[in-house]
Amino acid sequence: MWDYTPIVKDHFLNPRNVGDIPDADAVGEVGSLACGDALKLYLKLDDNKEKIVDAKFQTFGCASAIASSSALTEMVKGKTLDEALAVSNQDIADFLGGLPEEKMHCSVMGQEALEVAILKYRGMEIPQHDSEHDHGHAYPDFEGEIVCKCFGITDTFLKKVIETNRLTTVEQVTNFTKAGGACGGCIPKIQELIAQVLGDADIQPRKRPEKLSNMKKMQLIQEVLERDIRPLLWADGGDLELIDIDGSKVQVAFRKACAGCASSGNTARMVEVKLRDLVAEDIVVEEVAQ
Amino acid sequence: MKEIYLDNNATTKVDEAVFEEMRPYFCELYGNPSSMHFFGGQVQSKVNEARGHVAELLGATPDEIIFTACGTESDNAAIRSALEVFPDRRHIITSRVEHPAVLTQCRNLTQKGYRVTEIGVDGAGCLDLEELKAAVDTDTAIVSLMWANNETGVLFPVEEAAAIAKAKGALFHSDAVQAIGKIPINMAASNIDMLSLSGHKLHAPKGIGVLYLRRGTPFRPFMVGGHQEKSRRAGTENAAAIIALGKACQLAGQHMEAENTVVKALRDRLQDALMAAIPYARINGAGAERLPNTTSIAFEFVEGEAILLLLSEFGICASSGSACTSGSLEPSHVLRAMGVPFTCAHGSIRFSLSRYTTDAEIDTVIREMPPIIARLRQMSPFGREHLKGQG
Repeated sequence: MWDYTPIVKDHFLNPRNVGDIPDADAVGEVGSLACGDALKLYLKLDDNKEKIVDAKFQTFGCASAIASSSALTEMVKGKTLDEALAVSNQDIADFLGGLPEEKMHCSVMGQEALEVAILKYRGMEIPQHDSEHDHGHAYPDFEGEIVCKCFGITDTFLKKVIETNRLTTVEQVTNFTKAGGACGGCIPKIQELIAQVLGDADIQPRKRPEKLSNMKKMQLIQEVLERDIRPLLWADGGDLELIDIDGSKVQVAFRKACAGCASSGNTARMVEVKLRDLVAEDIVVEEVAQ
Repeated sequence: MKEIYLDNNATTKVDEAVFEEMRPYFCELYGNPSSMHFFGGQVQSKVNEARGHVAELLGATPDEIIFTACGTESDNAAIRSALEVFPDRRHIITSRVEHPAVLTQCRNLTQKGYRVTEIGVDGAGCLDLEELKAAVDTDTAIVSLMWANNETGVLFPVEEAAAIAKAKGALFHSDAVQAIGKIPINMAASNIDMLSLSGHKLHAPKGIGVLYLRRGTPFRPFMVGGHQEKSRRAGTENAAAIIALGKACQLAGQHMEAENTVVKALRDRLQDALMAAIPYARINGAGAERLPNTTSIAFEFVEGEAILLLLSEFGICASSGSACTSGSLEPSHVLRAMGVPFTCAHGSIRFSLSRYTTDAEIDTVIREMPPIIARLRQMSPFGREHLKGQG
């Protein structure tokens, strides 16, 4: 039996915002009956057409698909369209207190429906998606070439998910997108795509979102510190602690071997460079003694 | 919450009498049956007694019974033995709907240069005997076909299939894990060479299985070492579990009639009531002869894991052919082989009853299931047109 968090169970047993919005401003539809899960998301905007005032969903799928859809509708209400576009599949999983890795594709489905709905609303050409019968394309991304024939997953979509979630193994890619999870014929191709994305990341700076909300920025700063910076310091017996984030000002205190180290000034610059590279250009790192 | 256990094809409750039978063989009568002293000897005679009970249920003789650790081991042992017995035959035949214990092994063997033919089934899950006839040749070492399907309960004509295999000199094995204890089996009047059974499917504990090996059938052991089981399966006997299985087989024989009358009537009542109450549902394998305890019903436009978790809220335990429950991403290979459309396969639920299932439990399922399906369909983007006015 899956180990679902109490939040997942709650959103499955008492899903929020089930249904449709007949006069919805934006509708996003992904997945198909054949694939085993599908989501239709409806968004209603305020009179200025800026903020999402209502969101509803219809989902065919397992408990985590229903919970992810329910979470998504709760998360986007009150957000502007730009803020909503910044919601990642990881944000949906985090909102639910985490998902089993094998079920991450449910959060990806949610994020994708949101993106499709907003891009369509903004006039982007997205071909008609026949979710009841179509087994060709799980996501209405018709630019790329189909890699996984079983679930209809394209290379552009895979690269996007690999990049945003920093996936490194085929198993992870399968858990996040289902690609490679049926006949397995596309596994070598998925390996190639992972290598391509990882290779790209080495050469080019990671693409940053245009504008980050404060909330998102704080979250990204914390992520980068945990994932990219602290492990480097640990390697030298040091560590740092995040003290505060005020707009673009990030205060850190150095610990263990880094505390009082003559080169901690350099270390602070290193942290700043990383954060500027991965989060936002205007970040300033300050060392505080605490 | 008291469980309503309708997942007996997954595993069964150990019968209290079975547990009592095995209990002394842990802390008190713990001797090794192979030992040359009274203390081991008394365990040995009890093991032999158990072997007799198993043989009786199968219509076999005691020396045809080899105790193993599980059904999967028995399946592996049977197929590997046949390939060693006939080193010049490089062809294996099985079916597309076998349990992974057989199917995975066969598919792995293709990487070692064996040719594997997987016989298909029709929409009702029935085996295509003509396809089997065409596939068997003098290169075929073994034909392995299940007696009863674990997901749908559909029975295969194993005797006819065995005759076809033997006409070309191949050995015939049947994975009878789901059939034994549920339908009468008489190996004395059969031409099947090898048969697998698993204790925990018939109210014995987990960790004990049997490979039936017809007297005179050539055999090469899978596990080698000591002389246990006449050197056909090395390793110290799991005496307590063997004794438990003996008792369980005795009880299965006594309950065989009830299984095919009382349990079957409960199963029929359950499936008839659900089919009457819920539109857009179909019984998988409806047209075939099936086990008396099993029914697999496909509910369109909804997904199995969600159904199971809502059933679980009422204490009801069942299983699903959906992709999401297993961690695999594809719906059941059995349902797909039968050509069940994806729309139905994802929403298939298997109820498997036992002699412990009560009328009241079936009433609860009949009461709770329709609103669960209606609730999920209400949430689903599909089929709303079809279902208008039907909740």
